[in-house]
Amino acid sequence: MKILIRGGRLIDPGNDIDGKLDILVNGTVIEKIDKNIHETDDKVKIIDAAGHIVAPGLIDVHAHLREPGYEYKETIKTGTMAASKGGFTTVVCMANTQPVNDNKSVTEFIVEKARSEGLCRVMPCGAITRGLKGEELSEIGEMYEAGIVALSDDGKSVKDAGLLRRAMEYSRIFGLPVISHCEDETLARGYVHEGLSSLISGLEATPPIAEEIIVERDIALARYVEAPIHLTHISTAGSVEIIGRSKKKYKKITCDTCPHYFSLTDEATLGYDTNTKVNPPLRSKKDREAIQEGLKSGVIDIIATDHAPHEFTSKDVEFDIASSGISGFETALALSLKLVHDDILTLSEIIQKMSLNPARLLGLSSGDLSVGKPADLIIFNTALEWTVNKETFLSKGKNTPFHGWKLKGKNLLTMVGGKIVYKDPRLVKS
Amino acid sequence: MKWIKKDLLGIRELSKEEVLFILNSTDSFKEISRRDIKKVPTLRGKTVITLFYEPSTRTRTSFEIAAKRLSADTINISSSTSSYVKGETLKDTAKNLESMRPDAIIIRHSMPGAPHMLAGIMNSSVINGGDGAHEHPTQALLDLYTMREKKGHIDGLKVVIVGDIAHSRVARSNILALKHFDTEIVCSGPPTMIPPYIESLGVKKEYNINKAVVDADVIMMLRIQKERGGISSIPSVKEYATLFGLKTEHIEKAKKDVIIMHPGPMNRGVEIAAEVADGPYSVILDQVENGVAVRMAILYLLTGREM
Repeated sequence: MKILIRGGRLIDPGNDIDGKLDILVNGTVIEKIDKNIHETDDKVKIIDAAGHIVAPGLIDVHAHLREPGYEYKETIKTGTMAASKGGFTTVVCMANTQPVNDNKSVTEFIVEKARSEGLCRVMPCGAITRGLKGEELSEIGEMYEAGIVALSDDGKSVKDAGLLRRAMEYSRIFGLPVISHCEDETLARGYVHEGLSSLISGLEATPPIAEEIIVERDIALARYVEAPIHLTHISTAGSVEIIGRSKKKYKKITCDTCPHYFSLTDEATLGYDTNTKVNPPLRSKKDREAIQEGLKSGVIDIIATDHAPHEFTSKDVEFDIASSGISGFETALALSLKLVHDDILTLSEIIQKMSLNPARLLGLSSGDLSVGKPADLIIFNTALEWTVNKETFLSKGKNTPFHGWKLKGKNLLTMVGGKIVYKDPRLVKS
Repeated sequence: MKWIKKDLLGIRELSKEEVLFILNSTDSFKEISRRDIKKVPTLRGKTVITLFYEPSTRTRTSFEIAAKRLSADTINISSSTSSYVKGETLKDTAKNLESMRPDAIIIRHSMPGAPHMLAGIMNSSVINGGDGAHEHPTQALLDLYTMREKKGHIDGLKVVIVGDIAHSRVARSNILALKHFDTEIVCSGPPTMIPPYIESLGVKKEYNINKAVVDADVIMMLRIQKERGGISSIPSVKEYATLFGLKTEHIEKAKKDVIIMHPGPMNRGVEIAAEVADGPYSVILDQVENGVAVRMAILYLLTGREM
């Protein structure tokens, strides 16, 4: 079957393209990209993308799909439904499942489940250490063969620097990036950012230095062993400063931040809304500005979601004991587009940070739109206004601090390997 | 002025007018406790629950006596007797209690924001009896009442708060309340017990207690909050007592009519020397007496408000 996407503005930073171009999809792959493609065959399905943006599908390097073990929070099926709705064609799922993805059986389970039930591509991230305990290396090679694309003990840092060094060295033979969650446990004792808001709320607080000290350490380690390092969900001004400075001396550093760190500040926690509880915590205004600046300057390469769905009951408790995390797939693109509306990033930069750069980090051939490649693409509108309603989330996790927010810009269609996996009714058929 | 607020969650939610309204209302209630027959029918038919998830002698008893002197029926629930130990969530406990239609519920909890959660789901008035390191509004109100009673005014006072301010809800509520007035507030104690950004609340910090107490009108001593990790902030209790315990020599540096306050429970010989606690400048027991009156006023205002 052929699908012709006609009349849209194609933005594909990987091929340096920004212009009015049509795309012809044949089966699973892109057959043709050209101006005004004419197809007379009435078997060709035509999608009118006039007034919209056509771009490579978004790739999320950091998400939690919760399966196996926490199916009451999310499943691979519901998670990929939510991801598809949000414009993601590929998501990397973190290893903190139950059991932990620290061996090939779990990896194989996730890969198989994603193949049979997933709407978009799911690429597992393997645990660096067994059981995420930080004590001994996981079976990295076996997991690699089963399909992991990265390594991370996300949720905590590998405390033992010697062990992390081994992981960086060992993973080199597979070309697997190490994704570092930066948090010094001895300093990170709290539930919110240490600042004026925590002083007022009385909530236990975590200072920004808890993140920065590990950012420094992990960069130093990576440099020493000449390994690549990816620092995930960067949230502080200090981290942006350290990474910016280090990148000048050492090229193999990449990092990501999440929409909540450039959209919200710690002031949101003042009402004890547990939907604002996230790790790392929402930071100060100064940090939020630095994150936006870091995205603009290019210090921050990637926007990830850290999609962390939770069941209602684990958020419907006192702030101290509530689960951490934000259900992020379905708001990430619109929150990122706000950076375009606010003249912080260009549309092309958004696509770079949400598709091209993630693909490069993971060593994927996707992230751009080229003839012969799988048709992983999205059609979105930058001007369409909508109101976030958690009840309409496809994710099981309704935990969002953005409920009720009016946002501008929306994904309208998601295609994975030539198959339309999400379509918004607002995308008019021709 | 009419009282319209359903709940008393913190001083932060109160305007200066509301603080003054509570203080002014307290006078008439204080007199009741000095009568022979210490009971008025004001809150007859009202039900008041104290729900305490943390230990308390003063606050719980004070609220219970306050309610009883106003003829309300009181029920006390503590964490060991509540279904908390059986795994019931705070929210469910609150909903169940709400079904029994109480008029006011006073909650003490180790977690900040717990009273706010209750206030959102209950029709009855929620009074914060202390939530973690957040606020203890009735304590601050009784402290201000005591200051005003002893000094005749609050404006112009220099108030020195010494101790584990980082973990203290009493300090937070007092700072917020005193900032409604023209006061000079100085926080003193080891740097590990003075939280970052405290100066942005408009207070000064002076680690050296000898300097902090100079010309003080009020010295408020706080205990080390062991249950909130206060002990890890200092090398030893002995050293703390030596460096930060309030002694007679400090009183001499303060104003001649200085008053010494302590929200209790106090640790004699640690943050306060026995001779100071029992000495002529101490108003610690007056605070306790005023606590009943302030809480009577609060119960009256909250449960007697026009719906």
